[in-house]
Amino acid sequence: MKNTVILGALTIAGLSAGAAAAGTLDDVKARGKLNCGVTTGLVGFAAPNASGEWEGFDVAVCRAVAAAVLGDSNAVEFVPTTGKTRFTALASGEIDMLARNTTWTFSRDVDLKFEFTGVNYYDGQGFMVPKELGVSSAKELDGATVCIQTGTTTELNLADFFRSNNISYEPVPIETNAEAQQQYLAGACDVYTTDASGLAATRATFEAPDAHTLLPEIISKEPLGPLVRHGDHEWGDVVRWTLNALISAEELGVTSANIGEMAAGTNNPEINRLLGTEGTLGEMLGLSADWGKNAIAAGGNYGEVFADNIGEATPIGLARGLNAQWTKGGLLYSPPFR
Amino acid sequence: MSDKQNNSIAFVATSVIPESPPPAGDTGAYKWVRDNLFSSIPNSILTLAALALLYSLLSNTLPWILNGVWTTSSLAECREVLNGKSGACFSVLSERWNQLLYGFKYPTDQYWRPNLALVLLLIALAPVLFFDLPRKLLAFTVIYPFLAFWLIWGGTIMVPIVALIGFAVAAVVFQKLGKGSFAAGFFGAIVAALVIWKVGGMLIPEGASESAMLSSVPSRDLGGFMLNMMLGVTCVSLSVPLGIALALGRQSSMPLIKWICVVFIEFVRGVPLITLLFVASVMLSYFFPPDATVDLFLRVVIMITLFSAAYIAEVIRGGLAALPKGQYEAADSLGLDYPQAMRLIILPQALKISIPGIVNVAVGLFKDTTLVSVISMFDMVGMIRGPILASTEWNGVYWELLGFAAALFFVVCYGISQYSQWLERRLATGHR
Repeated sequence: MKNTVILGALTIAGLSAGAAAAGTLDDVKARGKLNCGVTTGLVGFAAPNASGEWEGFDVAVCRAVAAAVLGDSNAVEFVPTTGKTRFTALASGEIDMLARNTTWTFSRDVDLKFEFTGVNYYDGQGFMVPKELGVSSAKELDGATVCIQTGTTTELNLADFFRSNNISYEPVPIETNAEAQQQYLAGACDVYTTDASGLAATRATFEAPDAHTLLPEIISKEPLGPLVRHGDHEWGDVVRWTLNALISAEELGVTSANIGEMAAGTNNPEINRLLGTEGTLGEMLGLSADWGKNAIAAGGNYGEVFADNIGEATPIGLARGLNAQWTKGGLLYSPPFR
Repeated sequence: MSDKQNNSIAFVATSVIPESPPPAGDTGAYKWVRDNLFSSIPNSILTLAALALLYSLLSNTLPWILNGVWTTSSLAECREVLNGKSGACFSVLSERWNQLLYGFKYPTDQYWRPNLALVLLLIALAPVLFFDLPRKLLAFTVIYPFLAFWLIWGGTIMVPIVALIGFAVAAVVFQKLGKGSFAAGFFGAIVAALVIWKVGGMLIPEGASESAMLSSVPSRDLGGFMLNMMLGVTCVSLSVPLGIALALGRQSSMPLIKWICVVFIEFVRGVPLITLLFVASVMLSYFFPPDATVDLFLRVVIMITLFSAAYIAEVIRGGLAALPKGQYEAADSLGLDYPQAMRLIILPQALKISIPGIVNVAVGLFKDTTLVSVISMFDMVGMIRGPILASTEWNGVYWELLGFAAALFFVVCYGISQYSQWLERRLATGHR
């Protein structure tokens, strides 16, 4: 999720003029399909279901963009990428945008020449322990054995956290999340640490999820968001404001249930501008007037997408936490539609 | 007289003692057990230890397998049904078998196409593998690759037909020109094939694929065990002739040819396959414009073929080196030219020696096709690691899925190795 910056940098070093020079927006319209990079499979975020259709939290972003640009949320070609192939796929033009729980970092934004168009999930590194251990805070973990995926930034974050709190730990290096689940359940380590969303998803698969608890400490910032190639600002704007439209829709109370009613016109001018019944926002983006309406109708507003895929009613059961609207103590804050 | 005789050797029996069964301790199961399992004290201890091991293995796995649940729709339901008992959740196989075998995007109503291709593959392979069969069957083997391409990818039938015509014309040109000089035949054939493909490609009407009898399926939609089989079969059958050419080239007396082959073999053998796959999937997309990339499946086939060809070349070189020098001299003294000597005398013997090595490479190559999962192709292992384990229903099912994959691979690989043993016995002509 976070390493492979070096690999990406190496592969991108060879590229200077490879990126498509023409506007991506025009390319997508001409093609009639959006090529959207997703992960090869991450619980709740992106995975094909039994009938082969992609669904998940990141997938919903792709579908919303496709609906905004092409008016059809199914006009998406999902290109599965691994942690190692994702950046080259975007840089070489194989995909138009990447929505693959990718952390927004300085070097990816600046050095790899990408543009993050916002944050669709605020994640952070957490800890999971068995309840019987009787630990209620990560600061009580002195001397614990910790299962940790090697070669990731979580490894570095962990070392920093324990050093700054003057406590010691013993790392148990593991390679994949699947291996970590087995090791942790077998008791090879007291603690498992990775992104909090990943921990919640992992815990949900346990035979007795209630016997394990997530500690309150979050020791790193992992803002995950969609990204596009650097330099194509029109296309970047489309992706950015589609995401903002989903967030604003939740704030303004526009849902997939009442959108038909609201699109007929309301007393709230901001809703009218968002849904295209007032103003010329769509035209400014180079899209049709009802782009915002289409994007929201694709899978609902941000809150609905969250609840459907990773929210508390799903097996993953993530609370909104940092991902609540700013009015409810979270970090989601869309600039105004004006 | 008779009386005297009777008296003089009274201890000689006059009648045959009736046959009696061997002592109970020396027959049947008892003897077998004593001879094979408990012949000495250390052996008895080993036997008992092995039995204990077997028991602990089976007592743990058998209830797990026999208790298996086949009909639920998620792991959580499996656990409800099992209610704390040990048991496998085979429901994941019964719900997702089609994804494991064909990938998640191959159209469901078109599964008969790869199935038919598999059946025809067996027919096409039969005359190659079992040379007692009538040679006329080979005609079908020649057509098979084009037929299979059309079945699996669909689209207009014109594409494989044009490709087939191209190869046919190339073969004819080679026959005609190759009699004079090999080089003329070789390059003439290549030019002829290219011309046919170019002209034929222009003749195929735009959009013919949309209205074709079989709907077109892009390479990206292939997956599952089907993808492993396709990669394995294509790459093995392409890399054997290429490997033979490389092995002969390495022994060539022409320095340029020799050094090209040596450098190629040593380079490829010195690079991990996974690196080549990354080059195929990642680096090559930089060298092509975004819309004109070579198909990913083709790129992977090329890379795996080159990789295994280098190994097969070394195996065959071993076979060539094992032949006594007299065989080469015998060929020369019969007045055979190089192609004749190779085809009639050297290669049949060298290849026979190389069979175990070639099969070894083929089995390894078939298993290596699972590596394509790291470049986001959904072969069987890719399907397990990606989509299936990432679905909310089945996250956490490992043994059942990976065990299924292992079983399928075992069946195929064991079949290959049994075939090679049969072939060795069949070809044994008394060199030992």
